[in-house]
Amino acid sequence: MSIARENAQSVDAPALGPLIYRQSVVTRITHWMWAVCLFFLLLSGLQIFNAHPALYIGNESGFGYDNAVLSMRAVDTPQGPQGRTNILGHDFNTTGVFGLSGRADNLKVRGFPSALTIPSYRDLGTGRVVHFFFAWLLVITLFVWLLASFFNGHLRRDLAPTGKDLQNFPRDVADHARFRFHHGRSYNVLQKLAYCGVFFILFPLIIATGLTMSPGFDAGFPWLVELFGGRQSARTLHFLAMFLLVSFFVIHILMVLAAGPLNELRSMITGWYRASPGTPEIEGDRQ
Amino acid sequence: MSQSKILLSRRNLLSAGAAGVSSLVLAGCDTFDFLGEGESKTRSVLEKANDLTYRAQRLLIRNGALATEYSESEIRQGQRPNGSTDPQTAEYLALKGNSFADYRLSITGLIERPRSYSLAELRNMPSRTQITRHDCVEGWSCIAKWTGTQLSRILDEAGVKPNARFVVFHCYDIYDESDPAAYYESCDLIDARHPQTILAYGLNGQSLPVANGAPIRVRIERALGYKQPKYVHTIELADSFSRFGLGKGGYWEDRGYDWYAGI
Repeated sequence: MSIARENAQSVDAPALGPLIYRQSVVTRITHWMWAVCLFFLLLSGLQIFNAHPALYIGNESGFGYDNAVLSMRAVDTPQGPQGRTNILGHDFNTTGVFGLSGRADNLKVRGFPSALTIPSYRDLGTGRVVHFFFAWLLVITLFVWLLASFFNGHLRRDLAPTGKDLQNFPRDVADHARFRFHHGRSYNVLQKLAYCGVFFILFPLIIATGLTMSPGFDAGFPWLVELFGGRQSARTLHFLAMFLLVSFFVIHILMVLAAGPLNELRSMITGWYRASPGTPEIEGDRQ
Repeated sequence: MSQSKILLSRRNLLSAGAAGVSSLVLAGCDTFDFLGEGESKTRSVLEKANDLTYRAQRLLIRNGALATEYSESEIRQGQRPNGSTDPQTAEYLALKGNSFADYRLSITGLIERPRSYSLAELRNMPSRTQITRHDCVEGWSCIAKWTGTQLSRILDEAGVKPNARFVVFHCYDIYDESDPAAYYESCDLIDARHPQTILAYGLNGQSLPVANGAPIRVRIERALGYKQPKYVHTIELADSFSRFGLGKGGYWEDRGYDWYAGI
């Protein structure tokens, strides 16, 4: 839905669906807490990654042998220095973005470019301070949300896919592919699966793999290291989970833009959401 | 509503999204560079999370819980040296020139019986050998076999006074000549008395090489690499580390790294 269409509808009153109270105050607050946390976690995480811009499989980082699955580095070539990125043995020239970046007269050897790290310059210590603060905040927020959503019915009512949802799956995929959105009282099945994937797969995975990188935590919970196939594998999975969360974020933003950014933003700020016309009204709805 | 025109085509949407993302990237993140300044108030709030991590891990993890020990077959490469690898202080060069025959490890501070040990005396004490994973704060890991004297034995012989709370390790190396501060580290008595905390003189079955901290390097296996000082000459028991270096408990701590270093 576009802004133009929303305006058109407010003139044409009968075409409006009911205004429904869709997001509880806990959902709204935790949503924005996560947005802030993930922003700082991503950029401080890339700072931490830049201290050793390579990922490996197993317990160790191979210096005397090769177990790397990704690496970013700078090499000297007859044409001058080049940034190179190696993914599973395939080498790419990524000068200007990965491995070597910055102003042309001041190129820096670094994994991710300075625009994507906090601080912008190389400072692992500060990156770690920022990362661990927001990691705690993310975990506490998740815990509060999980408890509240269990008791206020958000999990059962809004997130758990029903049998009917699964039957609707092919039609929902087709609707999304055509950018045709139905604004109902509940999430559609793709939304439910995406949110459940974030809450129950990606968040636990990124938290657990993060903890597995802690030598202190590993002494208390050595099975975590076993579970992920070694500390360096856990670091690689942590990075992969980050990549999937960023992918989720990009799709999430595109969907908000496509489905009507003002209505979607309003529901995540005030809780009130304009449903599609024809949505059955219940007590508590507004016009 | 389903009949209404889709004003935002897929192509427009994707290009709008790409433009949005790239302008964010161009805007950069030097907005948050102030967090790198030690005196930033915001930073000192963020740093509280490190105290929380320390307390949480001490609460959740048994004081005696061991770091995983690996088998011989898992040693697949030499121990990667990092940080100082060849100290140039006159004192150290003199000791090294004589194969550390004149080296003495001193125990001082809040103890009943101050004394010092030669390398031979340390080697003659009961030893512990462990194959462990070294995790550097930069992110890499390396498995190696370490042999040394348990620090707890040294502490028992010295008789730790009840008001001692920290063990401070003083080292010969100066990491950065332009910022001539000697390396030092500290840990609490839980880590100090941990069975895997050793004063290592052997690495992978050989004498500890200079690059890895000869003659003595501390191993605190539940912490990151910077918590494992090399070239140690004095072990000091203290009730606070505020009077050492810049007061944060270690060389890297003084430069913005967390003191606990267990994560």
